[in-house]
Amino acid sequence: MAVVFEKTRGLAEKPFHYCPGCTHGIIHRLVAESLDELNLIDDAIGVAPVGCAVFAYDYFNCDMQEAAHGRAPATATGIKRVHPKSAVFTYQGDGDLASIGAAEIVHAAMRGEKITTIFVNNAIYGMTGGQMAPTTLVGQKATTAPYGRDENHAGMPLRISEMLATIPKAVFVERVSVHDVKHIIQAKKAIKKAFQTQMEGKGFSLVEVVSTCPTNWGKTPIEALKWLQENMIPYYPLGNFRNTEEVK
Amino acid sequence: MAKELWKGNEAVAEAAIKAGCRFFFGYPITPQNEIPEYMAMKMPQIDGCFLQAESEVAAINMVYGAAGAGARVMTSSSSPGISLKQEGITYIAGAELPCVIVNMVRGGPGLGSIQPAQSDYFQACKGGGHGDYRLIVLAPASVQEAVDLVQEAFDIADQYRNPVMILGDGMMGQMMEPVEFKEVKKRSLPEKTWATVGTKGKRKPNVVNSLYIDAADCHNHNVDLFKKYAEIEKNEVRVDTYNVENAEIVFVAYGTTARIVKNAINSLAKEGIKAGLIRPVTLWPYPYKAIEEAAEKASVKAFMSVEMSMGQMVEDVKLGANGKKPVYFYGKAGGAFPTPKGIAEEAKKILGGAK
Repeated sequence: MAVVFEKTRGLAEKPFHYCPGCTHGIIHRLVAESLDELNLIDDAIGVAPVGCAVFAYDYFNCDMQEAAHGRAPATATGIKRVHPKSAVFTYQGDGDLASIGAAEIVHAAMRGEKITTIFVNNAIYGMTGGQMAPTTLVGQKATTAPYGRDENHAGMPLRISEMLATIPKAVFVERVSVHDVKHIIQAKKAIKKAFQTQMEGKGFSLVEVVSTCPTNWGKTPIEALKWLQENMIPYYPLGNFRNTEEVK
Repeated sequence: MAKELWKGNEAVAEAAIKAGCRFFFGYPITPQNEIPEYMAMKMPQIDGCFLQAESEVAAINMVYGAAGAGARVMTSSSSPGISLKQEGITYIAGAELPCVIVNMVRGGPGLGSIQPAQSDYFQACKGGGHGDYRLIVLAPASVQEAVDLVQEAFDIADQYRNPVMILGDGMMGQMMEPVEFKEVKKRSLPEKTWATVGTKGKRKPNVVNSLYIDAADCHNHNVDLFKKYAEIEKNEVRVDTYNVENAEIVFVAYGTTARIVKNAINSLAKEGIKAGLIRPVTLWPYPYKAIEEAAEKASVKAFMSVEMSMGQMVEDVKLGANGKKPVYFYGKAGGAFPTPKGIAEEAKKILGGAK
């Protein structure tokens, strides 16, 4: 009997701990498939964040390091400088990357660090129980913004991809979503492209994946996907912001 | 090899390179800037990597990544910068990664001063970051000793998979002294089978990590760490003594302060007062036994801890003396340092006036 689909070699055997309806599982699979299909997995070294994806080090079938909160790009810098031929990636959430790790991601991009960052943006702190993130939308409720985010008090949500795309050595920056099959396919293309960009030695690459958090958004998985399309994507438009073809 | 005149900071950097360190991540801060500057000049010539990080926080996390990837790696800083590195240092200790951290201490607290101090004893030896962990802390008293200890520090770090701190001070970093780069005895070291170098499809993934989410697992991890620390305490204590035999007063001092104390001892000797020195070379593990043995000598009437601080190591001297003899403190802080005269006068006061 012909095999039509099987779990990628890029993933380990451990079952995911993620909540029902969370898109981390899909994103893990896309990253693992991309590394496997590009024949990078055996040399790859990944860096897990602090946040919901903290256990990512158990899920990818490659060597992994667990970084301090927000410091994954610095940790990955240390790794890549030692192993310049390996595919080195960070997998980070929005609290980790856009808040406490804002300096580390900006400077890794500035140096054109030849690493790939998978940035999962679900507009909230998931692991700690639904606190406001720099990416939380205006009016969106969080446990530390119980009346909804007030832009006069907490400012406006940070658009990381747009910001990083202004940095010359951030040579591949794209925002994708995984709310339906079409977008999942597009997301995988972007992730593969990001890793290819890294391996070609062109500079820093990042894929921002707009994601859901049904548990902390207080929604069913289906409601969460709908809310993502109606609220997240208008503020965080999908598309490519930097592409190697434009880089001289 | 003939002796050459070297500035402390540059000698430390060269010693690290001679020990096989090929990765250095740092951030500018006075009075240790010659270390990153030397590395920036030398590393590209020897296929190594110097990288100026955006902050001390980033630098120490780059060290974490490089150490986890199996490299010999070093960072350096001075007191306020070490405070920032403490986050990464506890992760490095927790994940059991080998690295060398140089601290050329300056006056504190806060921005303090840029002059030499020893007020980082607590943050070096008593857990500067969170959790139960130990750094191996080496305290050289001369540029020559700094060069010897830096080279050995990499082997010690690799042997125990533990961060090692070289605790110097602004004086050590800035002064020039004759140095001979000797061939340091190499230890037999275990292979880094735990490092993240890529599985090559031939083994299960290695994970560099300090997270043990289950409390029992985390407890057991701590127990294992402390078994290792007990081993280090057994094997690695180093102490230097001077004129302790028949001494009435025993000074305890480390680093550059110990050299000032020697001058005080010699001037006291001219007045017929017998004084000695215990100089811890390892601040952790601490040479408690040397203090205890001195405390048991009939000739010894008192100890005096002399420090460029308001009194930090004095707590360990008290633990060593264990109430058998009184322990006094004399020190200057914030970049000021004790003088031989000041030390000698204080000693005479303790011994009941000039003879």
